Amino acid sequence: MQDLTVGIAQLHDWLKSGDVTSLDLVAASFARIGAIDSAVQAFLTVTEEAALVRAKENAGKTPDGILDGIPFALKDNMATRGVKTTCGSRILEEYIPPYSATVMDRLDAAGGVLVGKLNMDEFAMGSSTENSGFFPTRNPWNLGTVPGGSSGGAAAAVASGMVPYALGSDTGGSIRQPAAYCGVVGLKPTYGRVSRYGLVAYASSLDQIGPLTRTVEDAALVLQAIAGYDHRDSTSVNLPVPDYMTALTGDIRGLRIGLPKDYFAHDMDAGMRKVMDAAMEVLRGLGAELVEVELPHTEYALSAYYLIAPAEASSNLARYDGVRYGFRAKDAENLLDMYNKTRSRGFGTEVKRRILIGTYALSSGYYDAYYKRAQQVRTLIRRDFETAFERVDLVFAPTAPTTAFKLGEKTSDPLTMYLSDIYTIPVNLAGLPAISVPCGLIDGMPAGLQLIGRMFDEATVLRAAHAYEQATEWTGKRPQAIGGQA
Amino acid sequence: MSLSKKDVEYVAALARLHVTEVEKEALSAELSRILEYAGELKKLDLAGVEPTSHVGVTQTVVRKDEPRASLPLATVLANAPDAEEDQFKVPAILEG
Amino acid sequence: MALETVIGLEIHVELATKTKIFCNCANEFGAPPNTHVCPVCMGSPGVLPVLNEEALGLGIRAALALNCEVRRDSKFDRKNYFYPDNPKAYQISQYDEPIGEHGYVEIMVGEEKRRIGITRVHLEEDAGKLNHAAFEDASYVDFNRAGVPLIEIVSEPDIRSAEEARLFLEELKAIMQYCLISDCKMEEGSLRCDANISLRPVGQETLGTKTEIKNMNSFRNVQRGLEYERSRQAAMLGAGESISQQTLRWDEASATTVVMRSKEDAHDYRYFPDPDLPRIRLAEEYIEERGREIPELPSARRDRFERGYGLPAYDAGVLTAMRSLADYFDETAKHVTDPKTASNLIMGEILAYLNAAGKDIANLPMRPRQLADLIGLVEDGTISTKIAKDVLKGMMSSGKDANAIIAEQGLVQISDEGQLREIALRVIAANPKSVADYLAGKDKAIGALVGQVMKETKGKANPQLINKIIAELIRQA
Repeated sequence: MQDLTVGIAQLHDWLKSGDVTSLDLVAASFARIGAIDSAVQAFLTVTEEAALVRAKENAGKTPDGILDGIPFALKDNMATRGVKTTCGSRILEEYIPPYSATVMDRLDAAGGVLVGKLNMDEFAMGSSTENSGFFPTRNPWNLGTVPGGSSGGAAAAVASGMVPYALGSDTGGSIRQPAAYCGVVGLKPTYGRVSRYGLVAYASSLDQIGPLTRTVEDAALVLQAIAGYDHRDSTSVNLPVPDYMTALTGDIRGLRIGLPKDYFAHDMDAGMRKVMDAAMEVLRGLGAELVEVELPHTEYALSAYYLIAPAEASSNLARYDGVRYGFRAKDAENLLDMYNKTRSRGFGTEVKRRILIGTYALSSGYYDAYYKRAQQVRTLIRRDFETAFERVDLVFAPTAPTTAFKLGEKTSDPLTMYLSDIYTIPVNLAGLPAISVPCGLIDGMPAGLQLIGRMFDEATVLRAAHAYEQATEWTGKRPQAIGGQA
Repeated sequence: MSLSKKDVEYVAALARLHVTEVEKEALSAELSRILEYAGELKKLDLAGVEPTSHVGVTQTVVRKDEPRASLPLATVLANAPDAEEDQFKVPAILEG
Repeated sequence: MALETVIGLEIHVELATKTKIFCNCANEFGAPPNTHVCPVCMGSPGVLPVLNEEALGLGIRAALALNCEVRRDSKFDRKNYFYPDNPKAYQISQYDEPIGEHGYVEIMVGEEKRRIGITRVHLEEDAGKLNHAAFEDASYVDFNRAGVPLIEIVSEPDIRSAEEARLFLEELKAIMQYCLISDCKMEEGSLRCDANISLRPVGQETLGTKTEIKNMNSFRNVQRGLEYERSRQAAMLGAGESISQQTLRWDEASATTVVMRSKEDAHDYRYFPDPDLPRIRLAEEYIEERGREIPELPSARRDRFERGYGLPAYDAGVLTAMRSLADYFDETAKHVTDPKTASNLIMGEILAYLNAAGKDIANLPMRPRQLADLIGLVEDGTISTKIAKDVLKGMMSSGKDANAIIAEQGLVQISDEGQLREIALRVIAANPKSVADYLAGKDKAIGALVGQVMKETKGKANPQLINKIIAELIRQA
């Protein structure tokens, strides 16, 4: 059985040599899922039948491109024609989309083989995957802890070797934070770099699709395949996509990296502080110049985010009304009753909470005080980064304040859960690209280092992350909890 | 800023969510805390600061006025909780 | 106490695009239910809107044709409300930055020219259609119309009577049709009108309490609905009662307004900028181009028809009500010596024929040049006016040239004096009584004799000539 954690380039080489077929890789994926997913619970749907048919079609043929014949999985908020897309919600439990997301079409065109759909916090609202409408996913490093969220299924599946890579979505940190918690690489591209067409919207002005992978190189390869203008998404940017592989030179001499004093001023967890200091040393050692920068409006980012995201969500989730698709309460007395019962039963607690907050923030008389004010703060946060990027090429930060927490530890208090996204949220508000790379273990659990780049400068983000990764041994570390090896 | 039970009722009605009396109590406390946190923003002087509603694309995006095939009727209705006579069926709508 | 009526209108016009505003489904009326539906217009999870450039262009053309200022920088907003015909539970519309503002339309009320202000013109998407079951506790939704591009036009409260409201609507419709913005068929819902009406004592500045009237589905009903509501409000005020702010529905069967909603229900639409659609930023040249798409508008054309062709105001009004009719007349008039003859035929025989056949003049097989040729044949005496009307019928149904029909049916006018004299002699001999009457001073008696000649020639005799010949012959006798 092939080890799916060896990196995409290696898998591609195997396929090219003819020693291994796509069917072998797909079978390896299902074998691994079969062996450990009852414990990890990363998948909501496995598409074994369709995947095997497709892999057999590919059997014996030399791969056309780097992703050809290689299995992957999608967070379950990306539409897949003919395959259930639940968004982790009971309200879409039986929903089968009539079309596929652009990212699905692109990976499909590149020869990728979809093996299944991954668990997530319902409608991507959460930081632990405990808000899934179906079941929580476990962190493969310690099954008693959360994998992070909302792309927790994606991070856990990649970390435990069930798939070589997966796509997640990131609205306030939902790729980067679970990547950090699970010890894998997670990239949130610039807003507009990857088409959102077919991504079930949470907060439309913040959502962005990106890869979760074993290595930075793999992140570059997958981004290459999914990035670029899509005429079906008016917010996707019509800019050429650079060749990301050529960016991975390993050379970051003279690169200027900003250390936001506003991030480190907080009373940071001692373990995290130590890991961050070590990472800074590595970067310095590689010839990067570390410069202190100011992001003075950071303290307002969370407040702004928790108005903007719920406001947009309250509108985006209004379409789940039991009329055209999805769950409908059967015992309704009239139309209003059908709406109320359908939505109250179909949505989970956190989703309802955010819909209510968002509805309030937009409601008559409060729009200026809340939503508009939050959008103004967003402008200030963008300007903070713009000012910083006049002096530096990248901004350095922890991905999350801590490592993975225990299941149930934060479910009782929404606010403390929200705080776990403190370092990732400003990036979404500004629309910037950022990556989380493994940078050490704290008490045996992985920590992530975040590198934030200028708009559309994924290349520099990837270059620095790759150089760091090559200089350290953190990437590719395997969790012991579910058996380190496939 | 705190949210009264009445506020919760108003917002829940707008959002078409049914909340029980018990939930109302809990929600008004929870939402008040979140809004209090959001109230931090009031400390900032935002006079003259333009709101950001979009990032990235700044040009007008349009497409050509060219018809393409719609979905087959069966696909349109495939996920419908209730359909009849090629249409989506819903409880009767009262005038107004 | 004299009361003044104050009316403002809100008009929705469906744009004549090929596709919907945010997806590529066909924009077509009358298709079987749910056959013009895709993931985007049915609001499937994950879909995104992309603006139809033609809808944007037509919206701007409309704004310019209504003398509006066009915003160089505007946006789309979401209007949030639940309704089964509203697939996303929000309508993409424009809230505080409409594409056009501060315009006006001029109408003629009798001899007086009145200017009705246009507050705003904005782009939005239409909702689906709800069908109500007759005997069942259910409604049915068809999403074919969901996403059809609309403009909403809001007038200032400048309208002072139900008649003015109808005149304004007629003018607006003509402008939209001239500019090829919409076919404006009220019966198909491509033009819909709601009205706000209030009364106040003459001379008072502040507005009275208004009611809103919906469901007036024809121009006639707009006028009737507003007239009814004006007298209802006047009677209430006269009796010392106060008007309550309500939304009313015009009920055609009872010819009354019926309460739909008492008070304004707490509508809280929670508008906010749609994050899925980047701002609309328009270049000057782009707006200028849209301006160049606007043809001569009805009012200008009316003036030209009166001054240029010397037509009576009534004729100019009828002929310019529809662009196709005005185009037809214009093209015909170019090739005739007396445009009034063309006007008479178009307003008379041709419109009657079109109305009976339920056709538009644009689809009439007879082209303007052919009509002009027919008129020429009358003017040069080849055929009589009476024959011309028969020939015209043949031309309208077949599209054949006048000459072809005349030749086929041998309808050329007889102007040969010798031939006519022979027939006249026979007729005089056979009708001594008419001759005697004529000689006794009854001039009219000659008519009977002319009629006989016409009968014998199957109407082909040149009537002026035959009159002259008979008179001469009798006097000679």
